[in-house]
Amino acid sequence: MAIASRVPILGGYADLMLVALAAWSLQKRVETAWHWAIFGGLLVGWTSALPWVVPLSGYLLTVAFARLLVRSIWQAPLLGIFAVVFAGTLGGHIIAILTLRLFGSPLVISDALSTVTLPSLFLNLLLALPAYPIFRDLAVWVYDIEVEE
Amino acid sequence: MKEIFSRSLQTTIIFFVVGGILALALGGFFSSTSDWFGNSLVSIQEWVSTRYIVVRDLVSAPSDVVSLQQRNAQLESEISGLQTQVIQLQQQLTDTQVLAALVDFSQTNPESVYKAASVIGRDPSPFLHYIIINVGSNDGVRSGMPVVTNQGLIGRVSAVIADAARVQLVTDPSAAVNVRLQNADTDAVLIGSVTGDLGLEMISQDIEVQDGDVVLTSGLGGDYPPDLLVGQLLNLRKRDYELFQQASVQSTVDFSRLEIVLVIMNFKPVDITPLIPETTP
Repeated sequence: MAIASRVPILGGYADLMLVALAAWSLQKRVETAWHWAIFGGLLVGWTSALPWVVPLSGYLLTVAFARLLVRSIWQAPLLGIFAVVFAGTLGGHIIAILTLRLFGSPLVISDALSTVTLPSLFLNLLLALPAYPIFRDLAVWVYDIEVEE
Repeated sequence: MKEIFSRSLQTTIIFFVVGGILALALGGFFSSTSDWFGNSLVSIQEWVSTRYIVVRDLVSAPSDVVSLQQRNAQLESEISGLQTQVIQLQQQLTDTQVLAALVDFSQTNPESVYKAASVIGRDPSPFLHYIIINVGSNDGVRSGMPVVTNQGLIGRVSAVIADAARVQLVTDPSAAVNVRLQNADTDAVLIGSVTGDLGLEMISQDIEVQDGDVVLTSGLGGDYPPDLLVGQLLNLRKRDYELFQQASVQSTVDFSRLEIVLVIMNFKPVDITPLIPETTP
């Protein structure tokens, strides 16, 4: 998955942190999703030239959406992970584009959406498929949850 | 006396018999018999030997298998160690080749002082084109210093911490470099894009430029030293109704495979912002 996250399509890359956060936040018994969102956001914000608030807010939004889904349609996990990854990628990218525009970067929004956001969405959704069962197993192991047959 | 005679007679008879047999044998009269006897002996020997080998293998095979397995494991371990060494040596060879090219570059451009650095990371945001290098303020690196490879210009240092620095690549959407076209001897502005492609803008309409023209830094603006190689001009777009010509630039550097770069240490960027007149409403 780490290798896949550095394989580009056009200008888009998979956001492994976002996919992992989405998959982890969708687990019912998980209580540390917010902590990981803050930790991941600050980590990415520290390494990126983007203002640290941008990745942090993107990940917090993703977790917020995931926790909302857990309470409502958690019975459809695959639909849930796709929805969260889709919304998280789109939300995070829109925040990044607007921030860069605000700071004077001559970023063309339509170009950014078509050459970066769309391919990134595709890669993230592709990664979401294996990510969900991996993090479900991790949650079962960490929280000692009995698997429902 | 009689006994002595009898013994001598016996000895003589035996001597003659043996001597006669030997004479017959040497004369070749017993060859068929001796051949038959020899063949029989060889057959018996072969039969015994074959059975012996089978029995010996049966008895000693388990210990051989164990020792062979141990030897096999030992050899496999040695092979895997050697394969690791080969990979490490290949990596060292690649690094050495890159470093040799960088040394050549620094020797052919002795006017600058260089600091070699390894690329240790890339910006996680797909909208930005930055790399992180493993030299920082402890090594004398300062913000604004240009970064090159033997193939050409990479970008410039945008942020520095003690042991690392962030470099904004010329392909970044917010990067702008003042360049000149070597053949046409005219200035232009190189800009990056979100896809990493390089574009050339502000080429005057009355200047004749051609595909393949070499693009070098002009030094205008004080951000970069002059005459650093950037790339070659491609796909010139000239429209009569536009103020300037536009073009794409094929960079000489493969930005996806940056491993070792050189920071130009003796270049201090000049901030000319205070000199730019403010626009009056």
